[in-house]
Amino acid sequence: MSAASTPRSTSGTITQAGAPSKVRARSRRRTMPAPVQRGLLWLSVAAIVVFCLFPIYWIVNTSLKSGAQLSSGALWPDDPTLRNYRSVLQDGDFLLALRNSAIVATTTTVLSILVGSFAAYALARLRFPRKTLLLGIVLSISTFPVIAIAAPLFKLWSDLGIYDARFGLGLIIPNLVFSLPLTIFILTSFFREIPRELEEAALVDGATRMQTFTKVVFPLAAPGLVTAALLVFFFAWNEFLFAITLTSTPEARTVPAAIAFFTGSVKFEAPIGTISAASVIVMVPLVVLVLVFQKRIVAGLTAGAVKG
Amino acid sequence: MTSTPIASATGPAAPDTPPRRTSRTSSYGRSERRLAAILLAPSMLLIALVAAYPIGYAVWLSLNEYSVRVPGLSRFAGTRNYEAAFSGGFWEALFNTLVFTVASVSLELVLGLAMALAMHSAFRGRGVLRATVLVPWATITAVTAITWRSIFEPGVGFAPQLLAKVGIGEDIVWLGERGYAMSVLILADVWKTAPFMALLLLAGLQVIPEDVYEAARVDGATVWQRFVRITLPLLVPAILVALIFRTLDALRIFDLPAVLTQGSNGTNVLSLLAYQELTQNRLIGLGAALSVLTFAVVMIVSFLYIRFVGGNIKSLAKD
Repeated sequence: MSAASTPRSTSGTITQAGAPSKVRARSRRRTMPAPVQRGLLWLSVAAIVVFCLFPIYWIVNTSLKSGAQLSSGALWPDDPTLRNYRSVLQDGDFLLALRNSAIVATTTTVLSILVGSFAAYALARLRFPRKTLLLGIVLSISTFPVIAIAAPLFKLWSDLGIYDARFGLGLIIPNLVFSLPLTIFILTSFFREIPRELEEAALVDGATRMQTFTKVVFPLAAPGLVTAALLVFFFAWNEFLFAITLTSTPEARTVPAAIAFFTGSVKFEAPIGTISAASVIVMVPLVVLVLVFQKRIVAGLTAGAVKG
Repeated sequence: MTSTPIASATGPAAPDTPPRRTSRTSSYGRSERRLAAILLAPSMLLIALVAAYPIGYAVWLSLNEYSVRVPGLSRFAGTRNYEAAFSGGFWEALFNTLVFTVASVSLELVLGLAMALAMHSAFRGRGVLRATVLVPWATITAVTAITWRSIFEPGVGFAPQLLAKVGIGEDIVWLGERGYAMSVLILADVWKTAPFMALLLLAGLQVIPEDVYEAARVDGATVWQRFVRITLPLLVPAILVALIFRTLDALRIFDLPAVLTQGSNGTNVLSLLAYQELTQNRLIGLGAALSVLTFAVVMIVSFLYIRFVGGNIKSLAKD
């Protein structure tokens, strides 16, 4: 056993202090036989899966309960029912929130990619003074506490008459402030990876800088654009503070705000059943996106972060 | 040897060295600058109008008093709003925010590191594992808060009974008591963001060259020694970046306490306090003052990080 997995000499060069026999004993304990190592690894993998997924199971479990079962704390529904889903899908306010969220998240994503890709291209490719300073400013915006912007916007939006605007339209521009830095980081790093020669060839062939951007760089950056679009969509779908500060009625509320203020749609029953069903409904599209695009999402998350 | 992971942490961010100027590109000089200005203008205009201007406006609002009864009526208040903030809930909210930040970020670091190591050594299950850890990250924060509230709600959730069986928090209403409410809040945040931490650290682990471990193994280093002497030091840049991100995020936490506890029982944090004064109590001046103070706290912490940790990364990169 030890011949296969233990290194040739255990003490000596690495650990100078301590009795050699003690070191050897410890090292033998650390170097476990392969099956034990594999067993421990699978155990920790199982622990991670349970830790990550159990709360999700719990909310699905709660959403399938009704009546007295809701206050039982049971780990599975005795008599699973889709009643909560039916009632939440008949709830007009919840459907309005889904509509508003779809509008806000999609518009934010499209505008963010459009505007952000221009800036990212300039930062990745063009030569101009004070580039690092500019990137630094964009970076620092993303660390601002949202409340510091939401508070004055609450007053400004009221004065301008777009407080509580229908379809959540008053949320799109505030969302852009935080989604743009994210988009610009991710796209700048993707644009840098596109070989410069391709652009130069296009320039030699007589294309303008703008044409090079739209015809050569933009299509080649497609994976980066998908990554950035996904992360921005997630951000906008999740956004909560602007959503509750700048709206007050179901006509304007998005999903996170609606869920937080949900009072239940089944009369005389604890609202947690229908709230759970609503939560599951808004979670499903995102979980599907994660499963389909996991590689792209991880690439974007680590690119954005490693660039920090 | 040490430069590989560091290069990946800071290298790509460094501006490209411009290629040698040819006669063609130098004639582009001015038009290139003009194009850059055009391309950057929309983003910068948006950021200036909806980020920089509002923060300046918040400072102005915080120096005035606004009538609750008569809309539009206001008068200059000097520092009175700040005095009210300091003699009101500011210090307690700051304390809660710092407790939350230190506890959740350190737990996330430890747990995230353990998860990253497991993901790094699991070869066959890696894809499944990656998809799994993305699920908490993808869960809407409001939903995360509702989920954990329902887990700990007396009667509804399973956690109080389960924990009472092992002797923790018997006869305790978890969300109704100081300390306990904060620990549920921290737990919910750790659940949501430890996986994110794990992904960042996994990216750092993946750039450590395998032959370094091979050499150590030949020299007889144990698993523990390899972890402490190789993995950790080479992972420092990735850890620091992850720490900065998470700290600045935790300091401005809002969604979780707003839905999970509404800031009750010792869980009121800076952003939430400002929000409550602003929208529930309609005290625009005080709300703005608290927002400005929250902003200041975040800026001070990021300055400290850049001052002490940023230099640390740079000096590491030089080694």
